[in-house]
Amino acid sequence: MDWTASLQGLIGGILIGLSATWLMATLGRIAGISGIVGNLVTQRPKGDSAWRVTFVLGLISGPLLLMALGGDLGNVVGRPGAVVGEPAGGVAMMLLAGLLVGVGTGLGSGCTSGHGVCGLARLSPRSLAATGVFLGCAIFTVYIVRHVLGGGA
Amino acid sequence: MRTLMGYIAGLLFGLGLAISGMTDPARVLGFLDIAGNWDPTLMFVLGGAVITTFIGYRLVFKRLEPLWGDAFQLPTRQDLDAKLLGGAALFGIGWGLSGYCPGPAIASIGGLTPPLFAMLIAMVLGWFAARRLSVS
Repeated sequence: MDWTASLQGLIGGILIGLSATWLMATLGRIAGISGIVGNLVTQRPKGDSAWRVTFVLGLISGPLLLMALGGDLGNVVGRPGAVVGEPAGGVAMMLLAGLLVGVGTGLGSGCTSGHGVCGLARLSPRSLAATGVFLGCAIFTVYIVRHVLGGGA
Repeated sequence: MRTLMGYIAGLLFGLGLAISGMTDPARVLGFLDIAGNWDPTLMFVLGGAVITTFIGYRLVFKRLEPLWGDAFQLPTRQDLDAKLLGGAALFGIGWGLSGYCPGPAIASIGGLTPPLFAMLIAMVLGWFAARRLSVS
């Protein structure tokens, strides 16, 4: 097992937890990316948009900061020094995947962060169920793509 | 001040995703591929994040309200419905196809590629579609 990768995962996870704690402590909001960004782009809520915009800017600038610092701070498989990995498929595949992720997180009111991190930390039964379903479906999808169809991602 | 607090939260989140390797779809797909050369990294990310948030929320909720907000805005529903579970299923399929959930997809804009751009555009369209489906 790659212990360095696991340790970086743990450190990164703790930072994500600190982010979620910070957002709740300061603004009283759940750190769910699909909720924060989805509501911003579809509704532009009056008086409730500015922090969403700066959150997104922060989200993007995190990896940019690591790139600027240089060194081996990222955790990309087989590419020491890289911070952002390559997409697993082409444009057509990503259009389909993006649509499913958008519609799914929109209808399901959350993604890996809102349900998977914040919801589980709140011991929410809805988030526990959602996380079980999307993890199960993702594992099943990868199994079909890699081991049944045997190609692509 | 609220915008600054939002930025700090986003920055911490983006740093966390990048340091943990969640901005690499290969890491994510390696975790989801339990029948292949399994990569446990995401388990450490999710575990670290959930435990930190669990402890953090308990400290935060000792206060009656957030520092720069009127009230804690928390979902109150407890029931399971088809919209929640069906949405989660669709999201899971998209996540398994791409290795991107919304956070890493947006955080990876610094290394934008045509497939990632396509993913982001489709994701936003998907959010609009979900909103329309929900309202009607």
